[in-house]
This record gives sequence, structure tokens and C-alpha cells, in this order.
Amino acid sequence: MPLLEMKHIRKRFDENEVIRDISLRVDKGEILSIIGPSGSGKSTMLRCATMLETIDSGEIWYMDERAAYVDAKGSKVYPRGEEQKKVRSYFGLVFQNFNLFPHYSVMKNITDPPIHNQKRQKAEVYEEARMLLKKMGLEDKENAYPCQLSGGQCQRVAIARALALNPQILFFDEPTSALDPELTGEVLKVIRSLADLHIAMVIVTHEMNFAREISDHIIFMDQGVVAVEGKPEDVFNAEHARMRAFLGKLEH
Amino acid sequence: MSFQVMMHELGEGMLKSMGIFSLTLLFALPLGLLVSFGRMSKNRLLKGVVWTYISIMRGTPLMLQLLAVYFGPFYLAGLKLGSNWRFTAIILAFSVNYAAYFAEIYRSGIESMPPGQYEAAQLLGYTKVSTFMRIIFPQVIKRILPAVTNEVITLIKDTSLAFSLAYAEMFTIAKQIAAKETSFMPFLAAAVFYYVFNALIAFLMERIEKAMAYYT
Repeated sequence: MPLLEMKHIRKRFDENEVIRDISLRVDKGEILSIIGPSGSGKSTMLRCATMLETIDSGEIWYMDERAAYVDAKGSKVYPRGEEQKKVRSYFGLVFQNFNLFPHYSVMKNITDPPIHNQKRQKAEVYEEARMLLKKMGLEDKENAYPCQLSGGQCQRVAIARALALNPQILFFDEPTSALDPELTGEVLKVIRSLADLHIAMVIVTHEMNFAREISDHIIFMDQGVVAVEGKPEDVFNAEHARMRAFLGKLEH
Repeated sequence: MSFQVMMHELGEGMLKSMGIFSLTLLFALPLGLLVSFGRMSKNRLLKGVVWTYISIMRGTPLMLQLLAVYFGPFYLAGLKLGSNWRFTAIILAFSVNYAAYFAEIYRSGIESMPPGQYEAAQLLGYTKVSTFMRIIFPQVIKRILPAVTNEVITLIKDTSLAFSLAYAEMFTIAKQIAAKETSFMPFLAAAVFYYVFNALIAFLMERIEKAMAYYT
């Protein structure tokens, strides 16, 4: 059963059609990476999947249920109320610039959503948060505030915060693009370690080696369409002119 | 009139000035937040009405507004309101005027919040109300505190405008004593009262700012 299926998605901003009929699916425990040049629509695709943007046509399915779609008349149908809450509980998102809550400590950033929004037991949530912080290598930072942390540490807190809600799928929107190379390594290491949790991940990234090594499936997007897709080795060896040019530029 | 008697009378006036000050804040701070929501509303009619209200409040003298509120009911509708109306009119005029200024301060703070904070909150399951109450508003308070301090300090001095309705706050009393005794002393004493009150409020606001300095 696919966790997520996006069917024939289109999205335009004014005159600019950024996504032109893209379909993808993510199965349980699968890791999908989306690569491609800037402006190819990768991040928009994630923002559509997480419902931060609405689609102009197509369907989004979570857990074999149609969560959002555009009907024959062109009206956008999105879940509301309890249904919306349920759909949103399936996924989490790690942002490029973290978006931690600066007025909350690290611990509160991680524990407030499960306690306040999922109404879970405080003791249990704190215990789980401490485990997550340990996994992130931040066990000594629980009382720190985001402004006292490095970018890499902030991003690891953001990952812990997303995981604390126990999502089925975790989306990463260029999680290391705001970080210098040294800090990038520590964040990639943490994401790699999540693969053992068998949580499905969709990663928009410019880290080609990382994508190649971690992914089950890779999509190369260019100008709003899927140009190449498949297993990492197949994608990286494909004879697609635009992709060869893109990969070539990265090597220099 | 002895110095002691003068200080005693001014002190009583001071209490009345503080009354105007605190009641105005009590009403204008929450009202300003409501007004800022109207100002940022997607409803164009509401937005237009609120815009006009703010424009008038900021574009005409507060003293004139005090007179309008106090005398308006009589001249416009022939209403004769009781002796308590004077004080009520003062608080009403001050609150409605300051709410307009506070509304613009709230708006500047709310609109300065990065959209990422809303997006993160949405993804983490916060409702719209929770997002505002738990994530946005606490950060807005920190951002607008210096601007609010400015307004609050101006308000202390503006309470003296109540003399235009012959309300016996400190400035009115100082003027009366000065006229009776042909002395400049009451004005000096009033200045010291205002200054000390302001210094206390400024100190308090600084403490609040420091208490919120634990994050950036």
C-alpha cells in the first residue's frame, strides 16, 4: 500500500506553470530523493504534498485515501476539521531554514506539539523527546534556546520536533542548504540514521552523493516535469542531456 | 497656601491622572489588538471602516476628540448625561484614541513575523487560534515592546489634556493653584510628579524588555 500518491499534479503561480503533470508514489519505509536545478519545482512539489500550497489539478492520496483533489469543475477540495487533522498527522516537514520557535527552549519546541495538539501524556512525551535528542546527539541541549545553537544543531532539533509527532512520512525541503559544509555533514549523518527507523522520507536535496547513497528511488526534475526517475544507479547513469549537464556542473 | 497643602492637592490630582492612565491602558491595549485584526481583515468593508477610524484618530487632536466625546451626545442628540459622564467621556476618548495607535503597533509586529513560523505551526498541528496565542503573539509582544513603551510614556503626559474638560487631574489642579497664588511653583512640582511617574514606568518597561531578552 502506498503511503503517499500524487497523481497528475499541476501548479502554477500566475503565468508561470511550475509543476506540469507530475505523479509520484512513496511506499512504507521508502526513501525518495528529488533532485534537479533550482526553479525546477522540487520545493513546490513538497509544499503541495504537505498542503502548504494548493494544487491546481490532480489528486493527493495518503494511506490509500484521497486527501485532496481538484474536481471536474476545477474546484479545489481539501480536507477540513477532523479529517484535516488526521491527514496532517501522517506527515512532517523539515524546512530549509528550520523554523524553530525562538521563544521556546529546545525541549519545549519538541514537546509542545505532541502535548498540546495530540493531547499526549506529558511524562511519556518528555521521555520520548529525550530519546530523540540523544539520537540527534543533543542530549545536553534540552534547556538551550534556538538562538544559542549552530545551524546544524537547529536543524537536528527541527528533525526531532517533526519525529516527535510520529509521522508516517517525513519530508525534507533542502535540509542542508542553509548550512556550511561542516554542519551539512552532521545533519546528513542524522538523516542517514533515520533510515533504520523505517520511516518513509522524501528528500529535496542538492547533495548528490547523499541522495545516491541513501535513496531507494530518485526523481530528477527539470522545468516542472520529471525528466528522469528510477533507482539511484540508473538515474545517475542515465543518458539524459539536461541531467548530464546538471551533474557535470556539480562536479566542477 | 503652604507647600505641604499644595503637594497634597497635587498628589490627589496625580492619583486621578494615574486613574486615567491605567484605565486607558486597560481598555486600549486589548481593543487595539481587535482593531489591528480589523485592519488586517480580508473583508474589505471592515478593513475600510477600521482604516477610516484609525485615520481620524491619528489625524485630529486628542483634545478635540475629548471635547467631541464629552459634548457630542448633547449637541447631536440632546442627551443630558449625568455628572459621571465627564470621567466616562475622558476614558472613552483616551481608550478609543490610544487603541488606534496600539492597533498600528500590533499590526507592524504581526506583519513582521516570518511566514515560516505559521507554516511550521500548521505542519505541527497547531490550530489557527493556538498558532496565534502560543507561537505568534508572544513573539509579537517582544518585537513591539519598545514602540509600546513610547506610547505609554506619551500617554502619561497626555493625561493632562483632561484639563480641557475641567477634570481635576494633576495638571488642572496645578493650573488652578498657580493662578490663585500667582506662583510658578505648582507647575514645577507638577513637572517633577510627571517626570518621576514616567521614570518609574520607563524602568518597569525596561525590566519587561530584559525579561524577554532570553531569546533573539
